[in-house]
Amino acid sequence: MSFISYLINGISLGSVYAIIALGYTMVYGIAKMLNFAHGDVIMVGGFVVFTIVSTYGLPPILGIAIAIVICTALGMIIERVAYKPLRNAASPLAVLITAIGVSYLLQNAALLIFGANTKSFTSVVSVPPLKLAEGQLIISGETIVTIISGIIIMIFLTLFVHKTKAGQAMLAVSEDKGAAQLMGINVNGTIALTFAIGSALAAVAGVLLCSAYPSLTPYTGAMPGIKAFVAAVFGGIGSIPGAMIGGILLGIIEILGKAYISSQMADAIVFAVLIIVLLVKPTGILGKNIQEKV
Amino acid sequence: MKKYRKIISAVMASAMVATLFAGCGNSGDSGSSSADNTAAADNAADNTAAGGETAAAGNNGGTTIKIGGVGPTTGSAAVYGIAVQNAAQLAVDEINAAGGINGVQIEFKFEDDECDAEKSVNAYNTLKDWGMQMLVGAVTSGCSVAVSEKTAEDNMFQLTPSGSSVDCVKYDNSFRVCFSDPNQGMASAKYIGENAIASSVAVIYDSSDIYSSGIYEKFVAEAANQPFEIVSAEAFTADSKTDFSVQLQKAKDAGAELVFLPIYYTEASLILSQSSTLGYAPIFFGCDGLDGILNVENFDTSLAEGVMLLTPFAADAQDELTQNFVSAYKEKFGDTPNQFAADAYDAVYAIKAAGEKAGITPDMDMSSMCEAMKAAMPQISLDGLTGVGMTWDASGEPNKDPKAVKITDGAYTAM
Repeated sequence: MSFISYLINGISLGSVYAIIALGYTMVYGIAKMLNFAHGDVIMVGGFVVFTIVSTYGLPPILGIAIAIVICTALGMIIERVAYKPLRNAASPLAVLITAIGVSYLLQNAALLIFGANTKSFTSVVSVPPLKLAEGQLIISGETIVTIISGIIIMIFLTLFVHKTKAGQAMLAVSEDKGAAQLMGINVNGTIALTFAIGSALAAVAGVLLCSAYPSLTPYTGAMPGIKAFVAAVFGGIGSIPGAMIGGILLGIIEILGKAYISSQMADAIVFAVLIIVLLVKPTGILGKNIQEKV
Repeated sequence: MKKYRKIISAVMASAMVATLFAGCGNSGDSGSSSADNTAAADNAADNTAAGGETAAAGNNGGTTIKIGGVGPTTGSAAVYGIAVQNAAQLAVDEINAAGGINGVQIEFKFEDDECDAEKSVNAYNTLKDWGMQMLVGAVTSGCSVAVSEKTAEDNMFQLTPSGSSVDCVKYDNSFRVCFSDPNQGMASAKYIGENAIASSVAVIYDSSDIYSSGIYEKFVAEAANQPFEIVSAEAFTADSKTDFSVQLQKAKDAGAELVFLPIYYTEASLILSQSSTLGYAPIFFGCDGLDGILNVENFDTSLAEGVMLLTPFAADAQDELTQNFVSAYKEKFGDTPNQFAADAYDAVYAIKAAGEKAGITPDMDMSSMCEAMKAAMPQISLDGLTGVGMTWDASGEPNKDPKAVKITDGAYTAM
């Protein structure tokens, strides 16, 4: 019985990683850059909802809507100000370092505005927990909502990328930026749209993360952000279903490792598994092996 | 280009030489320039980097005893520093109104360190330039350790109200008011055992944090002598401190009646909420790191109902000393004092008691004052806010009985 309970906890943690990983993988797949500030956009989303719901007492749904708008705008501003000018820089490292810089900028800005004191987040999920086996197994409402939202977002993103014109443009840009531009695709616009979608996802992820683990500080997004990045690599970075699978697997491995091997070694186990997967299959579980043409 | 470089290097070199001199002057050669420098010491407060001749050397040659304080009054740990500053000032005012130490008035000055070790050393140097003879501080462990390196070098008497890590009193010139981290573990185990609170205990601790793992180790060691059993001991690290479901599930499966949490309140608030989701309701018992859990913004305090914590001070205790202190503090600063305030208040009174025992006078330089205080500290016994009949070892550790408080109806209540 406790095994099943651990499994459920693993899925619950994994579903949060998965939803964050979707944002990572989306931006990487199209813009070919690691947006290390993604975790901090999640934190901003959490703070926006906290301010609206807990401080002003407005309904959660309004809070989520405003958080999505603010995070989308923030994502586009970051892209325009910090990443776009470096897109053609000689070294791809430049934009990576900038992303780390943006991450610290957001953390410290939040520290200035909201202070370092921990805030307790009131869950916006009103779904009752599911009780199985006479109350022995409890699946929280947050877990149910997170998994369902994750699946909906995954389906929506896949359809969007494959069935719409804007999505096709994204695929084209991801394949070959130069050629896409020659074919009349607005590359800058497409990348900006990608960041907008990725950041909107970050807002949703922020709400779900804080609902499941109700503690909010300026560093809330940092560690889950890194774990989700690992999940995205694990599932095959750039692949939308891969992010979902990678996230959930990572959560399960982390919880089971903690439960059956050592609670101190949880992270060591997670990263050891990552190394093994990458040694065996360098592109991740669902990653495609694309031949580079020289 | 070359020419400019030469000019710049000349300027830099002379600046370095100047700093060297300033450094010499400030390093506190006791008494060498003491006779006529009252004015210089006063100037030093305004113009700290003036040069060699303003060396204060801890002797103001004047008529007051100068006590300095260092702690964070801004930044993330500001709550602690402000409490210490306020309570120490309150104690100083009371002592002065009652005639001072050996009939000499005290001057108190507090400097902000923003909870940053480097800034705490700067704050210490600023106070030394002001003419500080004894230090109450620093407030947080990291800063206390950093400052104690300097006080040991200068032989300045240091009494930290709340620096709890072992190294804070490494040198024989430094003492503390609060329990050390490991002693809290021992005191917790004793308290649980002697009051028969539970017979099976689980521990959840942060293995990546010295405070938490230090308490944990001593707790386990002492538990062997106590009539309860540790049925589960699970750790977490700074990198995985959002999900505690496994640790709680294990404690639940092991049938623990009490979960010991030698951790800070941020993680504890998550543990409490996840435990309630899990439908697990043991007694939670923590150390001073849990103090503050009720102040987490928007926290559902009903989750913390019944949580016990070992803290030396509860603002609602009924004894006269506490009552007077709390009402005076509230009147003056409009806030309920926390345990840091109580520690600081006791620190100033300990200095008074030791100072009277040692017969200190304001014209002593800081080094000879330190020697006198060092000798007097193990001889005093203080009835303070954080303990009755407190005494000190020459090693700097206090001896006092631990007190516990319980959270009832969203407030700390003395047990």
